[in-house]
Amino acid sequence: MKGFFKSSIGKKLVMSITGLFLILFLLFHMSMNIVAIISGEAYNKVCEFLGTNWYALAGTAVLALGFLFHLVYATILTIQNRKARGNDRYDNQNLPAGVEWSSKNMFVLGAIVFVGLILHLSHFWSKMMFAELAGCEGLQFGATDGAAWINYYFSQWYNVVIYLVWFVAIWFHLNHGFWSAFHTLGASNSKWIPRLKCISTWFTSIVMGGFALTVLVAFFTAK
Amino acid sequence: MAEGHKSLNLTLKVWRQAGRNAQGQFKEYTVSNISTEASFLEMMDILNEQLIETADPDGPVAFDHDCREGICGMCSLFINGRAHGPDDDITTCQLHMRKFNDGDKITIEPWRSGGFPIIKDLMVDRTAYDKIMQAGGFVSVSTGGVPDANAIPIPKPDADEAMDAAACIGCGACAATCKNGSAMLFVSAKVSQLALLPQGKAEAARRAKAMVAKMDELGFGNCTNTGACELECPKSVSISHIARLNREFLKANIKD
Repeated sequence: MKGFFKSSIGKKLVMSITGLFLILFLLFHMSMNIVAIISGEAYNKVCEFLGTNWYALAGTAVLALGFLFHLVYATILTIQNRKARGNDRYDNQNLPAGVEWSSKNMFVLGAIVFVGLILHLSHFWSKMMFAELAGCEGLQFGATDGAAWINYYFSQWYNVVIYLVWFVAIWFHLNHGFWSAFHTLGASNSKWIPRLKCISTWFTSIVMGGFALTVLVAFFTAK
Repeated sequence: MAEGHKSLNLTLKVWRQAGRNAQGQFKEYTVSNISTEASFLEMMDILNEQLIETADPDGPVAFDHDCREGICGMCSLFINGRAHGPDDDITTCQLHMRKFNDGDKITIEPWRSGGFPIIKDLMVDRTAYDKIMQAGGFVSVSTGGVPDANAIPIPKPDADEAMDAAACIGCGACAATCKNGSAMLFVSAKVSQLALLPQGKAEAARRAKAMVAKMDELGFGNCTNTGACELECPKSVSISHIARLNREFLKANIKD
C-alpha cells in the first residue's frame, strides 16, 4: 500500500469512503428529524440519549474527522485538477447532453454545503451538545430540548428559505457523489452505472426530502 | 460530384501559435466553394493551399492527421466547442462538411490540456500517452506461438468487453474534454483490454500500478466521474472501464 494515498485513485478513494460515511450520517440525521415531526417529546428523548455521552462525543469526533478529510482531499484534488487542466481554456466548449451539472460543480456545491453547515452548527450544535459540554446557561431553551430549537428557528421564514436552498445544494452534491463513490470503489460496471444513478437520485431525494419536510412541518405548525 | 451536394462559404477561426512557448491567437480565414461532400480535413487542406498561394505570413496551419479513416488517433481538433467536432462517435477525419451550413463560422482549436502542450498551431504533443503505454500497457510474459482457437477458453462477454476497450485509439479527446485534464479513460481502456484476457491477467497488478503511477507523474488530473470523456470519445469507450481500473489498482495495492 506504499504511496497508495498519494496516488490519484488513492485520493479519490478517501473522498468516496468519507463521502459514503457522511451520507450514512445524513440518513441517520434525517431519521432523527422524522421523529421530531411525529413527536417532539420522542425527539427530545433521542437528544437526551445522545447528549454528551462518550459514544455521542466519539461519534461526533469521528464525524468531524471524516468531514475534515473529505474537505482537505477535495481541496487538494481541485487544486491538482486545475493545474492539470492547464492555463489555456477553450474559446467555447459545448459538452453534449449527459454530463451532470452537479458533477462539474462539486467543489462549489461543497463550499455551499460547508457554509450552510457552519450556520446549522451555530443554530443547533452550539446550543445543544456544545452548550452542555461548556456548561452554558441562560439559553432560551434547554440543551436537550431539540424540538423547541427546531420550532424556534423554523418558525422564521428566512431560516426556512436558507435551509431549503442549502438542502437543494446538498441534493445536487449527493446525487452525483453517491454513485460516483461506488464507481471510485470499483463497485460499478456498465450495467450498474445507470442503476446506481437511479438509486442515487431516489436515495438523495428521500433523505433531502425528509430534511425539507422537517423544516416545512415546523414552519407551518409554528404557533 | 454526386447529385445533392452543396457548396459552402465559411469563415474559419483558427488558433495560430508559432511554437511551444510562443503566444498564440485566433486568426480568421474565409474559404469558398467547399463541397458538403468534402471531409473536414480536406477543407483544412484547401485552406492550407490557399494560405500557401497567398503567401500568408503565418504559413499553412499545422495539424495532425495520418490514416484519415478513424483508426490511427492522430487527428485531434476541437471544433466548435467539441472534441472531433459536432458529430458523435467519430474522429475529426471522419467529420464531413455536410454537418455545416453555408455562412457558418467554425472555431478550430487544439486540445487544451496540461498533459498535451501545443507544438504548433493545432498540433499537440501527445507523447505522454506513449509514456503511459511504455510503463505497462503491454504483455511481457511469453504467450507462445499462435494457439488453437479453443485452447484458452474466453467467455464471449469478456472478449467483447476487452475488444470494446481495445477500440481506444489514444487520440486524447478524453483528457482534452475533461475539466480535470484526467487521462483515466485512456488508462482504464488500456488496463481493461488486457486485464479481461487470460494472457494479460498475469501482469494485471503490476500493469495497473505502473500505468497509474506514470499517469500521475506526468501531471494528468484526478477523475471526478463527470462522464464527459465517454461522451466525447470517438470510439465510445465506456467509463465502466474506469471502475475496473479502480478495482485493479485497489487489488494490486492490497496484495502488496
